Amino acid sequence: MTEQLHEIRLTVNGAAHELRVPARRLLSDALRHDLGLTGTHVGCEHGVCGACTVLLDGAPTRACLVLAVTAADHEITTVEGLTEPDGSLGPVQQAFAECHGLQCGFCTPGFLTTIHAGLRDNPSPTHEEAREMVAGNLCRCTGYQNIVKAVERAAALRQAQGPAGQAQGPAGQGQVERS
Amino acid sequence: MKPAPFDYVRAASVAEAVSALAGDPGAKVLAGGQSLVPLLSMRLAAPSLLVDINEVPGLADVTVEETGVRVGALARHAAVLDSDDVRRVQPLVSLALAHVAHATIRNRGTTVGSLVHADAAAEMPVVLRLLGGSVEVEGSAGRRTIAADDLYLGPLESSLAHDEVAVSALFPALAPGAGVAFDEIARRHGDYAMAGAAALVDGDAVRVGYLSVSDVPTVVDLTGVPDDELGEAALARLEPMDDIHATATYRAQLVRVLTARVVAAARSHAAAHDQQEAR
Ligand SMILES: Cc1cc2nc3c(=O)[nH]c(=O)nc-3n(C[C@H](O)[C@H](O)[C@H](O)COP(=O)(O)OP(=O)(O)OC[C@H]3O[C@@H](n4cnc5c(N)ncnc54)[C@H](O)[C@@H]3O)c2cc1C
Ligand code: FES
Ligand code: FES
Repeated sequence: MTEQLHEIRLTVNGAAHELRVPARRLLSDALRHDLGLTGTHVGCEHGVCGACTVLLDGAPTRACLVLAVTAADHEITTVEGLTEPDGSLGPVQQAFAECHGLQCGFCTPGFLTTIHAGLRDNPSPTHEEAREMVAGNLCRCTGYQNIVKAVERAAALRQAQGPAGQAQGPAGQGQVERS
Repeated sequence: MKPAPFDYVRAASVAEAVSALAGDPGAKVLAGGQSLVPLLSMRLAAPSLLVDINEVPGLADVTVEETGVRVGALARHAAVLDSDDVRRVQPLVSLALAHVAHATIRNRGTTVGSLVHADAAAEMPVVLRLLGGSVEVEGSAGRRTIAADDLYLGPLESSLAHDEVAVSALFPALAPGAGVAFDEIARRHGDYAMAGAAALVDGDAVRVGYLSVSDVPTVVDLTGVPDDELGEAALARLEPMDDIHATATYRAQLVRVLTARVVAAARSHAAAHDQQEAR
């Protein structure tokens, strides 16, 4: 039996892609294998580790727990979409580099996407809120302290950038900013 | 591992979803996928067809009704948790939702999906039972309302017929002067609890619901039990289970501790709630 393929359109980091996938293709695999966007990492493949976290219509979502066919016609932002238009590092990426928020880097894409959206919704988190922001992501290397520092540093960098730097997502996915 | 092959339809309406389900005995509804997709990937479930309801219009509403708050099938946990109406009308829903997984899972998982998934380790089924809520379903035979007490048949087994789609759930409002509380103990923040309890105190009536203690969400009536005997009275009506997460003996101890805590907290909530009403 040959498996039925579905023609879908995925909008990733603002660019539309047409692809043909079986219904069982996970969004994480569609991004990595079909689109070659290997920034999204896959650790546990059952929702626990957070390495695969992408933004689906602006909201952090496990790419390993979404079927590509379900994500069709929605806006996806991956870690590749977090850099500035000129290719330089975005504030969260910059903060991770400055604070040594990573060692092996396997978990990092999921942290970056999660914090990017977290700071959009809460631009000046308390220390406790910064910890809570990353509580759903696992890191086996750093011990988390520098990741929490990076959240706070990224908040400062965004604020220094001013309102222009606090634009929604790179794909501009119409997410309402909370006041 | 990857999921086994299955067919897929994106339903445009509840009626379309119902007829797709009716046409294939191996079909399953796909809502947020936060329970179903892991089961697919681990090949613990292998449906022949997934009926995706995510694009069905009108199912994501959270609305206040005369008797309580109605949560549509596509309202994500995060939206329900964010709702001021829910917090005001039935605070127990918000208290319990804060313990459901992590924010990222709550962004996608639906509260109604969690109710019909019928996991005894989940927070919302026992909340629905304790409050005497219900689920509205639509199938080939039409619409019906299933009371929470009739919803849970066994572990991961609800009383929905194969071709029925849950369209919404009703969480009854908190009565004036009543109080609620929720607490659970988990190994790690955001994990499923080893045991959890929700209390509803209304006048003399005291009821407590338990998750992760038995293999179905269980509610126990503790009206009239003296405070220092609450835990033992609850245990007389429960059979804590052994599993890889905790022994039955340890769970029994968690029941003692949690029961005392949630009943006390619900009493003080009732007192505060009473004062608010009086103003
Ligand atoms: C890492 C992780 C941690 C989690 N921790 C918790 C936790 O602590 N507490 C907790 O309660 N949950 C937890 N969950 C599960 C989460 O709450 C799910 O969102 C929820 O259980 C199911 O909702 P869903 O919309 O994702 O349903 P799905 O996964 O899409 O579906 C689950 C089941 O319900 C059926 N179904 C869903 N919606 C309908 C409907 N409208 N009509 C008929 N059938 C339907 C499906 O066919 C399937 O059998 C966790 C999940 C993950 C991945
Ligand atoms: S790979 Fe998706 S959460 Fe671990
Ligand atoms: S840096 Fe290695 S897992 Fe986080």
